[in-house]
Parts: sequence; structure tokens; C-alpha cells
Amino acid sequence: MYDFSLIPEAIHAFLLSFLPNWAAVTVECVLIGVVLLLLYSVLALFYILYERKICAYFQCRLGPNRVGPWGLLQSVADMFKILIKELISLKYTDKFLFALAPYLVILASMLTFAVMPWGNGLQILDFNIGIFFLLAVSSIGVLGILLAGWSSNNKFTLIGAMRSGAQMVSYELSIGLSVLTMVAFAGTMSVTEIVHAQENAWFIFSAHVPAVIAFVIYMIAGTAETNRGPFDLPEAESELTAGYHTEYSGIHFGFFYLAEYLNLFVVSGVAALLFFGGWMPLHIPGWESFNHIMDYIPSVVWFLGKAFVLSFIIIWFKWTFPRLRIDQILTLEWKYLLPINLVNLVLMVLIIVYELHL
Amino acid sequence: MADFQQTIAKLFPEATFEQADTLMVNIADAQWHSLAKQLKENPQLGFDYLITIVGMDWKESMGCVYYLQNKHNDVISVKVTTTDRENPMLHSVADLWAIAGIYEREVYDFFGIVFIGNPDMRRLFLSIDWKGFPLRKDYDENPDINPVPTDNERQSDFTYTYVETPDGKVEKKEVRVFEPEDFVVNIGPQHPATHGVLRFRTAVDGETIKKIDVYMGYIHRGVEKICEKDTYPQTLHFMDRLDYFSAHPYHHGLCMTIEEAAGIEVPRRAQVIRVIMDELSRIASHCLFMGTFCMDLGATTMLFYTLRVREQILDIMDRTCGARMTFNYECIGGVMQDIHADFVKDVHALLDVLPANIKEYNKVFTGNVIAKNRMEGVGVLTRENAINWSVTGPSGRASGWSCDVRKTHPYSIYSELEFDEVIHTEGDSMARFKVRLEEIEQSARIIAQLIDNIPDGDYCAKVPKVIKLPVGHWFRMVEGCRGVFGVYLESDGSTMPYRLKLVTPSLPAAAVVNHLTAGSKIADLITIGGSLDYIVPDMDR
Repeated sequence: MYDFSLIPEAIHAFLLSFLPNWAAVTVECVLIGVVLLLLYSVLALFYILYERKICAYFQCRLGPNRVGPWGLLQSVADMFKILIKELISLKYTDKFLFALAPYLVILASMLTFAVMPWGNGLQILDFNIGIFFLLAVSSIGVLGILLAGWSSNNKFTLIGAMRSGAQMVSYELSIGLSVLTMVAFAGTMSVTEIVHAQENAWFIFSAHVPAVIAFVIYMIAGTAETNRGPFDLPEAESELTAGYHTEYSGIHFGFFYLAEYLNLFVVSGVAALLFFGGWMPLHIPGWESFNHIMDYIPSVVWFLGKAFVLSFIIIWFKWTFPRLRIDQILTLEWKYLLPINLVNLVLMVLIIVYELHL
Repeated sequence: MADFQQTIAKLFPEATFEQADTLMVNIADAQWHSLAKQLKENPQLGFDYLITIVGMDWKESMGCVYYLQNKHNDVISVKVTTTDRENPMLHSVADLWAIAGIYEREVYDFFGIVFIGNPDMRRLFLSIDWKGFPLRKDYDENPDINPVPTDNERQSDFTYTYVETPDGKVEKKEVRVFEPEDFVVNIGPQHPATHGVLRFRTAVDGETIKKIDVYMGYIHRGVEKICEKDTYPQTLHFMDRLDYFSAHPYHHGLCMTIEEAAGIEVPRRAQVIRVIMDELSRIASHCLFMGTFCMDLGATTMLFYTLRVREQILDIMDRTCGARMTFNYECIGGVMQDIHADFVKDVHALLDVLPANIKEYNKVFTGNVIAKNRMEGVGVLTRENAINWSVTGPSGRASGWSCDVRKTHPYSIYSELEFDEVIHTEGDSMARFKVRLEEIEQSARIIAQLIDNIPDGDYCAKVPKVIKLPVGHWFRMVEGCRGVFGVYLESDGSTMPYRLKLVTPSLPAAAVVNHLTAGSKIADLITIGGSLDYIVPDMDR
């Protein structure tokens, strides 16, 4: 496997050749920031087109097909449009919180990018509590949503925000517990070590039953966490017009929109990391030549490919199922997912203790 | 009929009787409430379904004509009048038939007749500052009196009720619509789930609904008023614009009433074409219902699956009627033009794809566990309440009430056709959904019986250029896509109707929302409203 960490090392060495250490690090930080922002927007553009095309095919339509070949430039045009739109300022709102909320939401999803295992050696932050960091920063998003709903001074947004608060805080538990299950199995919270632990077999295979249960729960909770259908109550357009972001316009609305898609990527990326080996190619013990061929596919492709396939499943949910009701959503979490999750954690511990895994 | 007359005459010797198309009882206002009580509760009478209240202005007197139906589908009418034009008052029957509350508000709105005992005596369609009562014959239409408003409409948190004191005086009381501390959310008038400009003032406690005040009239166009100034063929064109999904059945209803009054015989070919068109409309309408209903529940994809079928029907209509909506196809004496050469072939193509589509709808949506959770047991309307609120059509049949006019009062050629009335007994949103899904199959069955047997002959009878109806009044009902569509036509012998009252199924469907949603969640309001399938232009007229 090509080790991408050679590139940053080369850049680092190059910068050190004419800059002092502190300046080199500063330049690298700026570089990383720029790359991250670019990656963020490109991924968002891709995801918007990806979802629009998929849902179009579900609905016997063609989807965007006018701007560029196969409508590829449609989301670029949309982005341009949303950038030049007016930011409408409203009376009787809490101006500061109203403006702050979209940045909080987008910050939360952007920070999680730092610990994503993009490829072999391609990781911005690699420290021993990587997964913990990821859970922590992704929880900031709900704060932004609550603030957006509250500061808009609108009854619909308020209901949307309250729903969202109840929903996201509840489902955070499920996400946390299913992640904990997998962390217990891996024995580490470091993202790199989790990926390397799956060199011989992905966790979904090696930890079999509890891993599959944890995966299913993770996908359900992850869909709820991203506020996507069938859990899109906070913005249920047929009930609350647009929920918490009803009053937003222009790029502020765009931030919420971007964050939704990027959270979709984050959720599927983390699922890929925990259950499908992150950037690790598919290895089957004993099949040496097969494994060797798999290694030829770049690790970035592996990671993105897994994330896109998992995103496809989440998009598939959205365009198939009707929306749940708020009490049904909370019942699902507190009465079903949470107990199952706790039992599953015990099951996982038993499997580790008695070494029943592959 | 004679039995009813005897029973009523025995109880109320002062009552007089007329025999028009139904038995009509004339009764003084003082005795009206006790007669109404007898009509509803006396087991020999048992008129539990109030079809409509027709407000009337006969110049020398004003009053109401009540149309009632019992479980044997006998219809009688009661006429209550008052000669006081300054402060006309009648006694309310809102305590006997729940729907009367709304119907009486409509009469008050148009004629200014106050109903003593009605708990909510506000205007229904017109704005609260409207001057005059437009359907009175002495109404002043000068635009300076009611100029087009440029400000926001005045809103009021109060309603009025008129109570009779023991010494015979009537007192006006002010009542609050909502409690002062209620958290009221406006769902509508511009809202994706109200399917038009309708406003639910919803008092909520968290996610739970406490009370809903339905606020309608945003697209009230005064169709009944306009019709009084149009000749009979001209009045037909408004039928497309009430419930635009059941344009054909509505046209059919008014045409039938006028033809019956004028004594015009409709050729068999036209009858068959009309029935086929009615049933095609029904399929198209129910398809759209399923699509939009599923979209309200968040399953957007279903919309496109149902619209495929609807598109096919609209194409068929387009080729024959020349339009995809507002067809103006039925005319007095038959239909406007003959069917298109490919009509039979196109309808066969439609009938071929229907079963596979229905199977797919069931697969995609009906069996889905989330859909079941959202619909089953939500908004249960019992049979008694369905009748009490006059919720007809598929929604009424979902509550186990056999109210299909095609079966209860067969018109046109329906009595010769074989089809089942789809009845479910659960009364919840799921039942309302399923009734419509199954009615598509029944409509297809009717079309299949007729499509190969369209008889030759004229598609329209010879009708005089100027149609004059004799003096009299007629009431006919047809089954629209959403329920009973009734036409009350009163003629003074001229070329224009003296009064044309249109009874539409959407008004009761919207009126019952408060009853169904109390105590449920906001999301249930969307489910219930969607499953009742009201059309706003149909209720506002």
C-alpha cells in the first residue's frame, strides 16, 4: 500500500529547508485548512448531485441533466446561486445567535473531518482518543440547531428545534454505545490503530453477531443524528414548513444544507471506519494473491467508496420510508435501541473475554 | 313518505306539507327545534344525516331548507322561515347534528340569519368586517361599500353566541376562541400540508394539539352568487372550479338537476360517456390523493408512482375534452363533443396497467411498518360521528357508513352496473387510505363493463338555445370523488337560477378536523387532514 504520509513529510522537509520550525508548522496548518475547506465544499457538491441523481432514479425521473454533461455542473451552479443570494435580516430576532447558529452547525461537521482516516497516512489529527474527539465535536451541531430555532423567534422553528434537541440528544446515546461496542472490540480509541486492527478481517466479519447488531443500530441512529428521512422531523416540510431553518436565507441556509450532506458523509465515514476497515482493503486470510490485488486499489478510493456505498443506504432510507412521529422516534430509541445496545455491549464483552471472535 | 307525513302530523299538528321531489315539511321556528329532535331521535323517523342547510331569501320571507336523510336513504326536507328582515333569527340545531354548526355559520355569512344556540356565530367565508349579506336579494353590490382591502384583515380572538333567556329575549354573548395562555400556531394559510389556502389556528401544548379553529374563505369566490346572474349553461362552468379533481361528477350533478327540471332526456351514449368520465376522474383523484397523502407523511417517492397513472388518465381526458383540467365537457343534454377515436384503446391501455400499479402501491407503502404506525388508530372517526358530521364519500365509508350515492340513490346508469361499495369499519386514517385504494379497483371494474359497450347514437340531445326552467325547486345528489355533491336549484321561471346551492363534501371534512385531532400530535394533524382529502376551493366555493 502506498503510504500517503510520505507527502506531508516531504512538504515538511521542504519547508524546513528555508523556514524555521514554527513558521513551517504555521504554513502547514494553513495549507491543511485550505485543503480541508476545498475538500469540504467539493464533497458537498458531489453529495448534492449524488442524492439528486439517486432519488431521481428511485422516482422514475432523470434528475439534473441540463447543466453540463449528465447535469454534473448543476450543483456548481446551485452553489453559485446560493452564494450570491441576499441574506435577509429579520426584525425581532436575536441577531447575534441567529448569525452564529449556522457556523456552529458547520463547525461541528468540519471538525470531524480532522480525524477521518482518508487513506493510508492521510489523517490530519491522529491521537489516542480520536473516536472520542469525533463524538465530542459532532455533538456541537445540536447546539447550532437549537440556537437557530430559538433565535428565529418563530413558532415553527421553535417546535423544529425542540424536536431536534430531543431527537439528537437521544440518538447520541445509541451512536455512543454502538461506537463503544466497537471500541471495546478494537481495544483502542485511536483511529489509525482501529484501521490497522482490521488488516486481516474487517470488524463486521471478525466480530460477527454483535458487530452486525451494532452496525444496524449505528445506521439507524446515524440517520436520526443527521436529521434525514425517515427521521427528518426537525425540518418536516409538510408539518413545519422547513423546521429550524425556516427563517434562514442565502449562504446561512446554505450552511445548514451543506452540514446536512456532510454529516451524511461523516456518519457513513465513521461506519466505514468502525465496521468496514476504514481505508483498509478487503483482505481474506489465506487468499494471498487476492489480497495483493486488493492492495493495488489506492486506500483513498477504498475509504471514499465505502463511505459512498453506506451513504447510498441512508439515502435509500430517506426516499423510501415515510416520516416517523416524534413520540414514535423517542419510543424507538429509548425502548428498543438503547436496551438492545446495552445487551449487545455485554455480548461483545463476552465474545472478547472468551475469544469467540475470528 | 306518507308514513313520515302521518308521524310528523300527529306530533306537530301545525306543520304543513308539500310534495316536491321530496316531502317538504313547513314548520314555525318556535317548534323547529323540537321537530328536529323528533326527526333525529324518533325511531320511526331516524333522520340522523343532515345533508345540508340551504339558506333562502324569498323576498317576502327568509329562512332555511334543511335536507335530511335516514338510514333507509329516505330524504325529507324541512322549511323554516322568518319574516323579520332586520334581525332574522332561527333556532340552531347544532346540538343535534354536529355539522349544523358550520352549515349555520355559512347561512349566517350569506343571509345574516342568526341561529339561537349556535356556540360559534361568526362569519365563515367572508372577512369579519364585511358589510352586508351577499346572497340576500336586497344586497347592495356597490364596490365602495366593501372596497378591496389594502391592509391586513382584522383578526379576532372572540366569537359570539346567542342565548335565549327564560323570558324569551335573546342575548348576545362574547366567547373566547382560545384561552388567553394558549400557544397558538398558525398552520396555513400558506402551508405545504393544507393542500391550498386553508388555515388551522392550532392551540398546542408542546407537540399535543389542544384545539383547532378552522379558518376558511381564503379562496371564496362566491360561486353561488355568481351563478344567480348566469344563464343555466353558464353556471355549468363553475363546477370545474370547485373540486377540480372531480370536475366530471360535479358537472354531471348540475346537468342532471337542470335536465330533470327542464324535462330533457339524455341519450344513452352520453350517459355511458358521462359515467366513464366520472369513474376515470375518480381513479385520477384517488391516485393524486395517495401521492400527496404519502408525501405529507414524508414518503415523497410514492407521489411519482401514483402520478404516472394520473398522467395517463389526464392524457385520455386531454384527447377527448381538450383539457387536462377544467374540462367543461358535460353540457345540458349530454356531452360537448364525441369521444376521441382512440378513447377506447387508451382506456384499455389504462385498465391493463392498473392492477400492477395497485400491487406496487401496496408493496411500497401500505405494508410499510412506519406507514402503519403513522396511520393505524390515528384520527378514528366512529360511524355515529361520521354521520353526525356528514363526512361522506370514501372518508365516511372508512367509518363503516354506507353513503355512496351511486348505491343509495342510483342515478344515470349506475343501477345497471355491477360494483361493490367499499366499506371499512376501523374509521382511522389507514381505513380512509385503503377505501380509496380499493375504490380504484371498483371504478376500473365499472369502466371495464362499459368501455366496450358504448352505444351508438347522439352524444347530446336536442336542447333549446335558451333554457328556461319552470317555477319550482329540485335537489339532486351525485357521488363526487370526495363524497356527496348535492345541487339545490330553485327557479323563478327565468333563464337564470333564483338560487343555486352547492353541497360539497370538503366542508364537513374540514369541519371535523378539530373533533378528530384533539389530543393528538401535530404530525397527526397532517395525517388526519391528508386522509380526509379535502379540497379548499371545494369548501370555500
